[in-house]
Amino acid sequence: MTNRLLASAFVLACAVAPAQAADPHLARNLAATCANCHGTGGRSVYEPLVGRPREKLLSMLADFRSGEHEATIMHQIVRGYTDEQLELIATWFSEQR
Amino acid sequence: MSLYRRDFLRATAAAAAALTLPRIARARARPHVVVVGGGFGGATAAKYLRMWSEGAVEVSLIEREAAFVSCPMSNLVIGGLKGMADITLDYERLRANWGVRVITDEALGVDPVRRSVRTARHGEIAGDRLVLAPGVAFESARIEGLAGNEERIPHAWKAGPQTAILRAQLEAMPDGGVFAMTIPRAPYRCPPGPYERACVVAHYLRTTKPRSKLLVLDANEGIIAKKALFERAFARYGTMIEYRPNSTLLAVDAATREAEFEFERVRADVLNVIPPMRAGELATRSGLALVNGAWAEVDWLAFGARGMPGVHVIGDAVFPAPGMPKSGHMANQHAKVVAAAILNELAGLPPNPTPVVMNTCYSFVDDRSAMHVASVHQYDAAKAQLLPVPGAGGLSEEASVAEGRTALKWAHHIWADTLD
Repeated sequence: MTNRLLASAFVLACAVAPAQAADPHLARNLAATCANCHGTGGRSVYEPLVGRPREKLLSMLADFRSGEHEATIMHQIVRGYTDEQLELIATWFSEQR
Repeated sequence: MSLYRRDFLRATAAAAAALTLPRIARARARPHVVVVGGGFGGATAAKYLRMWSEGAVEVSLIEREAAFVSCPMSNLVIGGLKGMADITLDYERLRANWGVRVITDEALGVDPVRRSVRTARHGEIAGDRLVLAPGVAFESARIEGLAGNEERIPHAWKAGPQTAILRAQLEAMPDGGVFAMTIPRAPYRCPPGPYERACVVAHYLRTTKPRSKLLVLDANEGIIAKKALFERAFARYGTMIEYRPNSTLLAVDAATREAEFEFERVRADVLNVIPPMRAGELATRSGLALVNGAWAEVDWLAFGARGMPGVHVIGDAVFPAPGMPKSGHMANQHAKVVAAAILNELAGLPPNPTPVVMNTCYSFVDDRSAMHVASVHQYDAAKAQLLPVPGAGGLSEEASVAEGRTALKWAHHIWADTLD
């Protein structure tokens, strides 16, 4: 788990900010910004994210961004994150049990 | 023991050995973080420090009140749509689920060198790091006649007994009476909150006391949050709501419930004065560096108090970055950044160089419809600030019943993320 996170953090560091080392807990920290509405660790009763497949989460996020998936608020929130950040978030939630 | 936890303990033991720590802290086997203030910021910080360290860091949470009373949704209590029990929670799950040592006591001051908190009944409590989440203090003294009369002229801007007082006064008000509320100059806690309050009070008046009047006297030049949406919401109440911008309150008379402004004098049956605010008293008592003499100055990577290593400040008490509201949601987000930064530091790592926080705020406009404002804030390394992402976030197109339901779910979720 930690190794995978470190690996994905490393990929992100190379992709977006070569001069700056990414935080080893970047994915966890980013995913925690979702918890207010999706529950700690994504374990919400209403809108759970925990354990959902990464590709499913990423396609939903992409649909929110494009407007394909109608939303009251997610289409506005998703635009605040980079694609790399959304990938880290989706990967993190998909790995939670 | 997980790999993460074993590494963490090894790293923190080394880090602790390298530092000269206060005696009490040094005697502990594990790093100890003392959090002061059990609101949305402090309670979340306590929980996430325990959760993310997998119990490797001890956390004490010092909070004055035994119960957590939520400011979000408290306007619904004032409007008679919810009861106090609906917004009152406790700290039991922080204890039971996360092993947070919750200490019900008043923090009197902070010794930044010893990294300790002086309390009224538990003596001095020292830690390796301090997180201060003192919320806001009300500057009643800046309005002549207000200090000491807050039961007669309630603010109800810290949920609890004040909420119940204002509700009782509104209920006791005769049909045809005047409910006057005053709004201080920004920045203050919860920018849309006063306008939401106006809407739910107007809803109550329209349904039960339709001949009454609601005066909204705003020190600002206009509605400062969700402006167009609130203008539409106010319009739905017709002449019942009268909104007056540029109305700075100077004095009140508790006996007659009269309020004096620069250009007018208002007499009300219920007078709800939301006073100007500043960082909670602990910030002043602890000698924190304050911007404009009011709000704590922090760095945005670790929420470190300026000039006080090892002391962090989060939540409403902080001088906000541009476009950053003082809200429970934002305080909860600050808490996660500070928890991650402290755990990194204790493990000998720098704070996350790319923190992100976001905010969501719902406002009710009647008994069932709500509307939101949302924003995402990314760290700008060049400006050393957390700044709103252009083109992200935004407002509801209009208030809706669907968002009213979402708002109630939001409350359920943030309460759980903060306290469960």
